[in-house]
Amino acid sequence: MISYIIRRLFAAVLLLLVVSMITFAIFYLVPRIAGAGPETLAARYVGRTASADTVHRMAQNLGFYDPIYVQYWNWLKDIFTGADYNLGTSIEHCARPCLGYSFIDNTPVWPDLVDRAPVTFSLAIGAAFLWVIFGVSIGVLSALRRGSVFDRAAMTVALAGVSLPIFFTGLIALAFVSYKLGIGAAGGSYTPFTQNPAEWAYDLLLPWITLAFLFSAQYARLTRAGMLETMGEDYIRTARAKGLKERRVVVKHGLRGALTPIITIFGLDIGLLLGGAILTEKTFSLNGLGKYVIDAIDKQDLPKILGATLLATFFIVLANLVVDLLYAVVDPRVRTR
Amino acid sequence: MRRTRTRTLAALGLVAALALAGCGSSGSGSSDKTKDAFNAAVGKVFDPSSTKGGIVKFADEGQQDSVDTGDTYYGYSWNFARLYGRSLTMFTPAPGKASNTIVGDLAEGLGEPSDNAKTWTFKLRSGVKFEDGTPITSKDVKYGVERSTDKDVFPDGPTYFDDNLAWPANYKGPYKTPDVNTDSAIATPDDQTIVFHFKQPFSDMNYLGTTPQSMPVPKAKDTGKKYKQHVVSSGPYMFSDYQDGKSFTLKRNPAWDAKTDPNRKALPDGYEVSLNVDANDIDNRILAGDLDIAYATVGVAPAMRARALSDPKLKARLDNPYAARLQYTSINPSVKPFDNIDCRKAIEYGMDRTAYQAAYGGKLAGGDPATTMLVPVIPGFKKFDLFPTKDDKGDLDKAKQALTACGQPNGFSTTMAYRVERPLEKATAEAFQQQLAKIGIKITPKGFPKADYFSTYAGNPPYVKKNGLGLSVNSWGADWNDGYGMLSQIVDGRVIRQTGGSSNSSINIPEVNTKLDEASVEVDPDKKAQLYADIDKQVMEQALTYPGVYAKLLLLRSKNLTNVFINDNYGGYDFVSLGVKKK
Repeated sequence: MISYIIRRLFAAVLLLLVVSMITFAIFYLVPRIAGAGPETLAARYVGRTASADTVHRMAQNLGFYDPIYVQYWNWLKDIFTGADYNLGTSIEHCARPCLGYSFIDNTPVWPDLVDRAPVTFSLAIGAAFLWVIFGVSIGVLSALRRGSVFDRAAMTVALAGVSLPIFFTGLIALAFVSYKLGIGAAGGSYTPFTQNPAEWAYDLLLPWITLAFLFSAQYARLTRAGMLETMGEDYIRTARAKGLKERRVVVKHGLRGALTPIITIFGLDIGLLLGGAILTEKTFSLNGLGKYVIDAIDKQDLPKILGATLLATFFIVLANLVVDLLYAVVDPRVRTR
Repeated sequence: MRRTRTRTLAALGLVAALALAGCGSSGSGSSDKTKDAFNAAVGKVFDPSSTKGGIVKFADEGQQDSVDTGDTYYGYSWNFARLYGRSLTMFTPAPGKASNTIVGDLAEGLGEPSDNAKTWTFKLRSGVKFEDGTPITSKDVKYGVERSTDKDVFPDGPTYFDDNLAWPANYKGPYKTPDVNTDSAIATPDDQTIVFHFKQPFSDMNYLGTTPQSMPVPKAKDTGKKYKQHVVSSGPYMFSDYQDGKSFTLKRNPAWDAKTDPNRKALPDGYEVSLNVDANDIDNRILAGDLDIAYATVGVAPAMRARALSDPKLKARLDNPYAARLQYTSINPSVKPFDNIDCRKAIEYGMDRTAYQAAYGGKLAGGDPATTMLVPVIPGFKKFDLFPTKDDKGDLDKAKQALTACGQPNGFSTTMAYRVERPLEKATAEAFQQQLAKIGIKITPKGFPKADYFSTYAGNPPYVKKNGLGLSVNSWGADWNDGYGMLSQIVDGRVIRQTGGSSNSSINIPEVNTKLDEASVEVDPDKKAQLYADIDKQVMEQALTYPGVYAKLLLLRSKNLTNVFINDNYGGYDFVSLGVKKK
């Protein structure tokens, strides 16, 4: 088991390295292949009235005249050693882990990411809690009452949930619940958990519900399909024949068997969301990692995009690792392989 | 089991209610205030009041370049900067044409020109202090201007001071060349006097004095690029919080003395600005009263526009002022066959100006059809049309005659550039394509990234010529409302740089360049306005540009606010005059 974990960790680090190379190449190499010179890249950082001399100096300061592999190495090295940047008026230190420095906002990327992460974590974890509870419960009930009015109604709503995009349900929820009825927090509201847990929950309730609506639908359909399959398995019949209570049959044997694909998808979803729930954060104007990326893309702030991408990749890789390890716990069949 | 079912049903009910509620929501959210009326804040004050208190809440769908007074170049940020900074002069905070009058702000009055407008002297008011109580002197104003010239550190501000003052040859700003004596450009004979020396006569100094670059900066508190995190206030408000990319807030500045400031009412207790907020959400929150102003002053989002046009109550909450901005298309004479004026005239006659207007959102959101380079809010503007067509819809017969005259009776092919991130510009290029195809002119629209649009593509003469960009969609907003602020960067051929970067890529008329020089030394406002009107006509005679739309904005007014009016010079609500009803 330990060697398995070490192997998975090593693969995860390798994956991070490859993703960082690809991302770096997309933002720094591809434009150069397309004909953009160091000055063209630097022009994004110097405002609209800059002289050619200023652009040249900025390109030099950013190291755009270096070969691409040198630029990548410097970026990678800075993560572990930190870096100093000359701002013209002062030398700005970017402490470890230095994931880059935004020359548009004049701030290091890492503290920004740390600052934004709690918002995204709060959003993702709260919504995940809701969608797992509701999604799995509805899925189980639908499977047990296959063909009933409840099953049909639940699956119709689930279909709507999967089909309706966040920017639609989110804006509708804000317009009606928050602005018209006045019973939800307005867009942009966020109180840190450590400051006031009740307000934290109140501010995030609408984003949670909106996000959970989308995911619950998927989980309900997935759970229903899984339950229908497992409840027809021989071991369920055996369990019933042994005289076990139906509740125990459903929860301990049926649901447990159906959970494996749910955990897989949950790992991917939560990993993706921790990297930034872009649409939800944008719709509700929450200053999380997703909105950080969107704003950075809008300003073509490459160091920010690169740093946030790497962090998002880290969460996805980490979530997958945890899922792999959880398999062994949840599904006895995995342990015996 | 029962509890689970109950919760499940409750959840289902909630999500269904949300969906149904959304579908059934009329969404107007507007109040029934009888005072509301369309354009109630254009040319007059809506709901005048002198009640103090409350907080004005702004939200920006993006983020301005900087709150540093030396590093910002947006109309709305200049409008806002007047809350925490005092420039040498300012536009009178008043509705309509009254706002075109410039008055002293930090200076007692207007600057006095001498030496044929090469030298300008301002006397500062006494008793004005920074937020820490330090008296403001002419040296603080000088330092503020000096630092703004270092474009490595402050790349975003305008370059008028940098380009026009008589700086020493080796001067590179106070950070790189702290020991260079700059008295040849700005002298401060005493704490209350500041003298600007220009290389050439410069008649617009009083206008330039309204820009945030002339706001004082205390050298001891300057932290260069980091200064934006704590700009030291000289105005009625000071920063109480600044979070890059998220928000900033202003509170009252205890060191501000109303006796030294006859122009600002300073009614609210503070201002809050949220950044990077969804544009649709901003509109909805203003309607609901949770927000007051859309900070960026770019007009309501398309969804709100559609609702407003079909809902009279909602329309009564809107204002539709002119912005000092022209949407136009450059016709590049370096690209054949536009080197022939008759081929250019074929565009002038052939294009349907109402299609241009429609591409920008129609009469309310887009603006009025334009036939000149000056726009209606600029003093000296005279409406004329050298290429008139019936109902502005284009005259295909005259266009064909022009084509014959230029030796292209069957039309020709050319490429039209636009900024790929701007759907309205794309729609404009497509409108050109559809309309001019009727006379055989085949246009290929081609999008370019906005960040490199002028530096590398449409504003780069060698690229334009080599790639045959005969037409390029363009847009210009006046830095300040006079002929110089509107025209100097878009009709002066001398600003065209072979290395790219200029907004002017097509107009280089020697007579116009000469007349621009004449206008730049003219200090009489009427004579100056006439000179710019003449320049406008001379430019249009050469058919080097196709004016499309005099831009208008559709702005949403909050029901919480008092003293609301449009300041023509900022093309939006006057931020320093606002008050709050109750909060």
